[in-house]
Amino acid sequence: MSFNSLIAIALGYVIFLFAVAFLAERRAIAGHSNWLQSPIIYTLSLSIYCTAWTFYGAVGYAARSGLEFVTIYLGPTLMMVGWWWVLRRLVRIGRAQRITSIADLVSSRFGKSTQLGIIVTLISVIAGTPYIALQLQSVTLSFAVFSQVEGVSWDQADFYRAAVWVAIGLAVFTVLFGTRNLDANERHHGIVMAIAVEAVVKLLALVAVGAFVVWGVAGGPGAMLARIDASEINLWDQNSGRWIGLIFLSAAAFLCLPRMFQVLVVENADERHLHIASWAFPLYLFLMSLFVVPIAVVGLDLLPAGSNPDLFVLTVPLNQGQGGLAVLSFLGGLSSATSMVIVATLALATMVSNHMVVPLWLRLQGSQHATMSGDVRHVILLSRRLSIAAILALGFLYYRVSGGGTALAAIGLISFTGAVQILPAMIGGVFWRGATGVGAAMGLITGLLIWLWSLFLPSFGADAIISEAVMTNGPWGLNWLRPQALFGITDLDPLVHGIMWSMLLNAGMFVIGSLVTFPAPLERLQGAQFVNVFDHSNAAPTWTPAAAGAEDLLIMAQRIMGGNEAQAIFEQEAKAQGKAGYLPEVTLEFIERLERELAGSVGAATAHAMIGQLIGGSSVSVEDLIAVADEAAQILEYSNRLEEKSKEQERTARALRDANAKLTALSIQKDAFLSQISHELRTPMTSIRSFSDILREGEMSTDEQARYAGIIHDEAVRLTRLLDDLLDLAVLENGQVVLHEQTGNLSDLLDRAVRTSGAYDGRLTILRHRPDENFNLTADLDRLGQVFINLISNARKYCDAATPELTIKVGRSSMGAFVDFIDNGSGIASDNQALIFEKFSRLTDGSKAGGAGLGLAICREVMQRLGGDVAYLANVAGGAFRVTLPPAKNPAKLEQT
Amino acid sequence: MNRPQRSQVMLHRANYRQRRLRDAAKLLPALGVLLWAIPLTWPAASQDAQGGIGSAGLLYVFGVWVLLIVLGAALASMMRPIIDTPEVEGSEEE
Repeated sequence: MSFNSLIAIALGYVIFLFAVAFLAERRAIAGHSNWLQSPIIYTLSLSIYCTAWTFYGAVGYAARSGLEFVTIYLGPTLMMVGWWWVLRRLVRIGRAQRITSIADLVSSRFGKSTQLGIIVTLISVIAGTPYIALQLQSVTLSFAVFSQVEGVSWDQADFYRAAVWVAIGLAVFTVLFGTRNLDANERHHGIVMAIAVEAVVKLLALVAVGAFVVWGVAGGPGAMLARIDASEINLWDQNSGRWIGLIFLSAAAFLCLPRMFQVLVVENADERHLHIASWAFPLYLFLMSLFVVPIAVVGLDLLPAGSNPDLFVLTVPLNQGQGGLAVLSFLGGLSSATSMVIVATLALATMVSNHMVVPLWLRLQGSQHATMSGDVRHVILLSRRLSIAAILALGFLYYRVSGGGTALAAIGLISFTGAVQILPAMIGGVFWRGATGVGAAMGLITGLLIWLWSLFLPSFGADAIISEAVMTNGPWGLNWLRPQALFGITDLDPLVHGIMWSMLLNAGMFVIGSLVTFPAPLERLQGAQFVNVFDHSNAAPTWTPAAAGAEDLLIMAQRIMGGNEAQAIFEQEAKAQGKAGYLPEVTLEFIERLERELAGSVGAATAHAMIGQLIGGSSVSVEDLIAVADEAAQILEYSNRLEEKSKEQERTARALRDANAKLTALSIQKDAFLSQISHELRTPMTSIRSFSDILREGEMSTDEQARYAGIIHDEAVRLTRLLDDLLDLAVLENGQVVLHEQTGNLSDLLDRAVRTSGAYDGRLTILRHRPDENFNLTADLDRLGQVFINLISNARKYCDAATPELTIKVGRSSMGAFVDFIDNGSGIASDNQALIFEKFSRLTDGSKAGGAGLGLAICREVMQRLGGDVAYLANVAGGAFRVTLPPAKNPAKLEQT
Repeated sequence: MNRPQRSQVMLHRANYRQRRLRDAAKLLPALGVLLWAIPLTWPAASQDAQGGIGSAGLLYVFGVWVLLIVLGAALASMMRPIIDTPEVEGSEEE
């Protein structure tokens, strides 16, 4: 295998990738993007987590520290397996808010803050650059391995030259497929497809080398395990801090690395892809790391002492004369490096462009120019392309400055730790509504400073940036500020030390800062939307009505999104509003929507600023927020009242139903009474007529005449009494009665009533307690007597006991004096108790007594006129009525009733 | 205008199953953490007369990995892909 043919193969592979990306873009534009958006592609695109550092470096790592290498894969596995917790939420927020990068997420969450966007972008660039340098190094190293086989040993200049070419090639690819369109939410199908292909290549390469090592060299899994046990590698020689610390670090980095955020959230086409990726990506990681230890063990056995274990993946096949396998492995490494660099560069460039260049440019242009001059789109795309070039140039510079030695190899985990500084702000932002922008900024800056001081600057080596003296004694002799022994904690592993302090203080400052500051209105709105992303809550308007012309907005939108897209959005909105033409009414909803569309292109902060410039910066105020809250409270109040009202209506309806039932019952009673009364009137009339006929015929004795005349008289009296009752009731009901006040003794009154009611005939025994009755009262005593008579004669008529008894009991209650009439019969059924005081009512079985059913009605009318009452006592054995006597009144008043 | 509907108190059997699947999915990473924390109890090779845990440790770590992948796949395949089911976060309703 000559070096030149390797170059040819590498070039051919790169051209193949260009073709794949190009075809994928073509298919996506043609609308055949279904299979491009499959969960498999999504899972494979996540594999950019496995960079060249892991492709080559994992074996070296295993050769040096045994099982520890696996922590780098365990963290992401846990994250994916636990997707329901964090990833699902991030993906949902990313889609709902059209997030373009992790800096956009943080900036957007904390009130579309430009400053936070800049801070996150800075952290990401500082942490990401060494990592890009690392990839350039690994690619050049792998080239060097092949040239060494030919006997040509590379010097430093050769390395640099190769690195420059690799960097340029990557920049071209990224610019070509990464900045084709502006809307990051339209996704980069070409790039995603290319990295998916690369993911397959690197997996195949590593598995092929692994399989060759296990079955080709060692002779099967069993032999391999024996060889591992015999090897000089100590698989588990750990301090526990590193094991836990690195699992945490890799899990957090999986979320916070800009490139991972890009593929996980921004390029995610469908939330359901997470279902598959949740186990498929761990499977990928599993396969990637399965053969790492065998390769390391066999490499240490086969290759001469002092060989670089980082390159075993290449050198073991070469050593065994497997040129083809070595080339495949080389392509795997190349794939790992290029896919990572492309996505990382793209993500970083988007952040730099959206959060640093464009805001700066807008500020320089001034507000009046922003609406007038040239096509912003070109400016943004240009700034993105320049950012890509700049970031790759930075990576190359870093590579060159650091000298590409072992110092660089150590940077991988340090770079992870830098990226992870975003974790508290991000996780706090999406789970905690109380998180504020000030807190986030404080945490981020604290974390960045500690990371720089304790990990990043020392990584350049002793005396490179931080002098040896400062390392051992601290700056200015401040012992507690020693970079790797902050606050006097000396025994920790430097990396664990850095992770622990940066994370603790970062999170601590974030929480404290959030607790003591008060968020701006927009921040609170955004916070609510992020944290409650699953509630489908409608966004509160973030703009107040202002005079922005639809035309101005269209001009601006066109400049960012391009003419066709912008016009399509405006036309669609106009149609939705039912307006003809292209320009819709500028409603708040429309501005919201437009801002979101723009945010998909230039990030939330910039989009917000641009809209703000156009509509006069009248963003949401505290008053608006309160108004919104008030409105919600009013709606709640209103619906509460509605509910109250409907309850009231229900009550009324129930009362009406009851009344209706009563009316129906009464009407039936009345019908029965009418037939009864006709019968009652008719019976005496019939006797009177027939006996008067007999009398008219004569021819009878005087006795007979007297008897018949007596019958006629009795019947006439009965008729008169009935008519009197009716008349009496009518008078009482119409309130025409005149009461005659008298004062008398209750006992005398009762004596008279008992006598008049004919209760002394022996049929009814009357029980009284005279001392209670002995007091005077002032009322219409005749009327009161009438009530007593009625009640006593009722007892006489209706009491169904074998030896009827009536107890007349006088007592006092809070209502005044009362007289109870209690018999020992069966009483009145509870169904009928409500009816007995109605006129015309008469219990069916009472017809034998011949009453017309007016007595109790008259009683009640009388008592109410007198100012007392008569009621049925339901809870007493037997029929029982209570007459509440009228209270002692001023006689003058009574005259008026 | 209508007030937020009160969440159902009881769920159908199928929905109930889905919720428990989600609970299982939420617990899975905890299981992973637990199982992968066990190596912390292993003796370090340099201080151990037998030379440490050796390849058995390797098999254990990868075995746990396979277990998580299989469980994750099983859960994902049984779970209905829910896109728009509103969920009351924090208050599990059942």
